[in-house]
Amino acid sequence: MADEALFLLLHNEMVAGLYRAAEQGEGENGRCTTKLESMGFRVGQGLIERFTKDTARFKDELDIMKFICKDFWTTVFKKQIDNLRTNHQGIYVLQDNKFRLLTQISAGKQYLEHAPKYLAFTCGLIRGGLSNLGIKSIVTAEVSSMPACKFQVMIQKM
Amino acid sequence: MSRQAGRGTESKKMNSELFTLTYGALVTQLCKDYENDEDVNKQLDKMGYNIGVRLIEDFLARSSVGRCHDFRETADVIAKIAFKMYLGITPSITNWSPGGDEFSLILENNPLVDFVELPDNHSSLIYSNLLCGVLRGALEMVQMAVDVKFVQDTLKGDSVTEIRMKFLRRIEDNLPAGEE
Repeated sequence: MADEALFLLLHNEMVAGLYRAAEQGEGENGRCTTKLESMGFRVGQGLIERFTKDTARFKDELDIMKFICKDFWTTVFKKQIDNLRTNHQGIYVLQDNKFRLLTQISAGKQYLEHAPKYLAFTCGLIRGGLSNLGIKSIVTAEVSSMPACKFQVMIQKM
Repeated sequence: MSRQAGRGTESKKMNSELFTLTYGALVTQLCKDYENDEDVNKQLDKMGYNIGVRLIEDFLARSSVGRCHDFRETADVIAKIAFKMYLGITPSITNWSPGGDEFSLILENNPLVDFVELPDNHSSLIYSNLLCGVLRGALEMVQMAVDVKFVQDTLKGDSVTEIRMKFLRRIEDNLPAGEE
């Protein structure tokens, strides 16, 4: 029953801690985003396993993406994805207009250059979740104005 | 999909798993970054401290607990309100020192270590060291300097997890130079 605030604080501290260590030369420079993303990947894999234990088989890729947007996002971030777009050829864009991990940082363009740090973990989370559902993907995120952000998922054909 | 009643408790459980899994990923990453367990322990403590100094504000805002008058009251608040609120467990308070300045928190089960096993080459890793930092940081913000450490850990084979807290001194209310 860990409170939401606890996860938020832990996540922010992880971001801060990793970058702090990189500055002091203890980690490898410029690899922080990769580390955060891979942490998110492991967590996503584990979470999706626990979460879909008892759910029915997914019909197709779109069904899986809808699951991510509704149930998965609600469990992790207490709200659904606001908008899902796809070109039906393996590219999906998930839009969250009030992304939980960014709401406390700014409401607009201030600190925009720092936003990617706070999105890396979540990109990994999505990629990990999809990976354990049998989908290989590349997930990136973009922010133009906080706290809204878009996650782009590119399905890789195996 | 099952409806509201099932979904409520399930999502609460999922949230604690989110935290547990994230914490696990963090410790794993730190073990990769730092060669020895001591450094990882220190880093966990530092991160815990930073979390604690912010968590206390969230806690005070949500719980509207008043100022504690002595260390015993503090112990009660930590175990019965704070731990319950954030981790969903209520540790028991035991082993008070004769001077009333040291006590132990006994956790029957530690949610941070669900799904965790310590490999043999990390025997001196204090996996849940973040908790020590959190407690230390949070109490420092309410003017108490404390020393917090794990004396028993289920991950190392003990039957319970025991955290020993010792009151060091009251911190005077002066603003650090450069603040405000």
